[in-house]
Amino acid sequence: MSGPAGDDAPDAEGAAVPAIRRVAGTGVPVRGDDIDTDQILPARFLKAVTFDDMGEYAFYDQRRDDDGSLNDHPLNEYTGANVLAVNENFGCGSSREHAPQGLMRWGVEAIVGESFAEIFQDNCKSLGIATLAVDHEDAVALQDFIEANPEAGIEVDVRAETVRYDGTTVEGEVPDAMREALLEGIWDTTAVMRTNLDRAKAVHDDLPYTDD
Amino acid sequence: MSEGTLYDKVWERHKVADLPNGQDQLFIGLHLVHEVTSPQAFGMLRERDMEVAFPERTVATTDHIVPTSSEGRSRPLADERAEEMLTHLEQNTAEAGIRFFGLDDERQGIAHVVGPELGFVQPGMTVVCGDSHTSTHGAFGAIGMGIGTSQIRDVFATGSIAADKKAVRRVEVSGELGDGVGAKDVILHVIRQLGVDGGVGHVYEYGGEAIRSLDMEGRLAVCNMSIEGGARAGYINPDETTYEYLEGKEFAPSGDEFEERKQYWESIRSDEDAEYDDVVEVDAADLAPQVTWGTNPEQVVGVDEAVPAPADTRDPDAAETAQAHTEVTPGETMEGHGVDVAFLGTCTNGRVADFREAARVLKGREVADDVRALAVPGSGTVKRKLEAEGIDQVFKDAGFQWREAGCSMCLAMNDDALEGDEVCASSSNRNYVGRQGSTEGRTHLMSPAMVAAAAVEGAVTDVREFDTADTIGTEVDE
Repeated sequence: MSGPAGDDAPDAEGAAVPAIRRVAGTGVPVRGDDIDTDQILPARFLKAVTFDDMGEYAFYDQRRDDDGSLNDHPLNEYTGANVLAVNENFGCGSSREHAPQGLMRWGVEAIVGESFAEIFQDNCKSLGIATLAVDHEDAVALQDFIEANPEAGIEVDVRAETVRYDGTTVEGEVPDAMREALLEGIWDTTAVMRTNLDRAKAVHDDLPYTDD
Repeated sequence: MSEGTLYDKVWERHKVADLPNGQDQLFIGLHLVHEVTSPQAFGMLRERDMEVAFPERTVATTDHIVPTSSEGRSRPLADERAEEMLTHLEQNTAEAGIRFFGLDDERQGIAHVVGPELGFVQPGMTVVCGDSHTSTHGAFGAIGMGIGTSQIRDVFATGSIAADKKAVRRVEVSGELGDGVGAKDVILHVIRQLGVDGGVGHVYEYGGEAIRSLDMEGRLAVCNMSIEGGARAGYINPDETTYEYLEGKEFAPSGDEFEERKQYWESIRSDEDAEYDDVVEVDAADLAPQVTWGTNPEQVVGVDEAVPAPADTRDPDAAETAQAHTEVTPGETMEGHGVDVAFLGTCTNGRVADFREAARVLKGREVADDVRALAVPGSGTVKRKLEAEGIDQVFKDAGFQWREAGCSMCLAMNDDALEGDEVCASSSNRNYVGRQGSTEGRTHLMSPAMVAAAAVEGAVTDVREFDTADTIGTEVDE
């Protein structure tokens, strides 16, 4: 189970899981601490048996005025961006994967912020979305920069754990497991865990409560 | 690094392998499944031509989208998308050989109510569900974790998840709880002390006098809201209270097997000299009933305590925004703050003890004019038990709607929702903007007894000022 040689690691079915080393593009700032997944993807849009339409529901309520018309929410203003810049405890609350699915399908490929809720971060890893945690000042500076320079290039480097823009390089932290998973193209964990199925069965058989 | 804690022991016992990304592959002893987060996972499984590896370790129910009126539950459901989700779950579970508690099963209800009350959840298990409130099951001394849909696919395909071991924080809650103060007040107080993101990177091991004194239903309420403090899981070491609760439950071991299993349960308790990454103390003596004033569970005060000025909170900007939304006044207490809706139920407080507690307040009283009051048992089992005890009548006499089991107005994926800017006294776990189905709606979290008191007064009120019935209903042996 050593790492793959190339960019793409074949999974058990022969499909490719791409390695993700860097995300380059433009930014979209969404300000505020403790933004929960109910805000990111309201519960009423969870009534669907696929994730296909989630892109249009991302931040649905925040993006619209009372009469339903689109307002100046960043997701309406920074279309085409792929690096989301946020603050503290982003993605807290419900475990719904619909939230990162919605962001991903809107276009987000990497998220830079002060901190992330764990289930949200795990969900991002499962989807190959990189999350980089940076200091408060750095997160705010990045948001300010994007607002002043919406067209400017931003690059999240997963290997170096940095975000670079406008000649500035900010150090951050990608969780070790996420970093490894993205770089090695093993962020889709089903295939690798499936190779240990016999060991899982052995653990199962050895548990005191599985004889029923 | 922690050592000798229940978390360490259960983790070791369930570890399958080291994964190349540095995570552990952890075997999952119980996978709870519901209709909202599973259909995509079944779909992904099908795409990969895989089968559910451990269907017998998997239990499904329908809870988020189900209507709570008995008429509303006839099939097909009026809401086509809800019907589609339910149909998918029925077909998927039948195909995979997974036990399913559907609308035609009287045990149907909220996953986090059904799992414990039927005896599926036991100490020393790993439990996951595509729902953040899986932390609930830590009440048994299990490790309960909420997961996303791709991870549900992983559990289906491999019986395991890829996971990082977290730091273990011992949360020592001291003090004896006063009359009218219970588990919900304790956990809201803990979250206020430690913050909504205070638990990130941690699991919480709850202990101390105030925790030990709680019955299982109270412990379930405490562990349920661990995730609201940012902790991935929260647990309480199993003890006699746990074992007594489990004995006789439908899917728990019985007889000699029960005694044998108990040895395992005892063996996974945290050692006396266990090492924790962190120990914090929270004093619950003289604790008042708690009420949230804002839009996250950390924004909470005692009912007789002044709502803080934004400047006096951890996050002044957030507090100011929250207070503008809830229209509470800093410097004043929450007492007297008017409510339009009273909601009893959910995976936090939808169990028998919760309704008994509320019924003691409601006995001989009536819901205030203009208050819409909903009692939504957490499961069909809870509902039938309360009906056998005659407690449903107390609710009906008081003017509560007596509904069928489901998640209901907690997140309003069915017809039960706040309308406009209604203010709700809620026994649920989240007061986020829009959580109860209206972006202008306001939610104030509190205990079941406090919800009942608010329903009667039409305003937030201190339940300690109410004469409550000593006994309620006729206890019926199971």
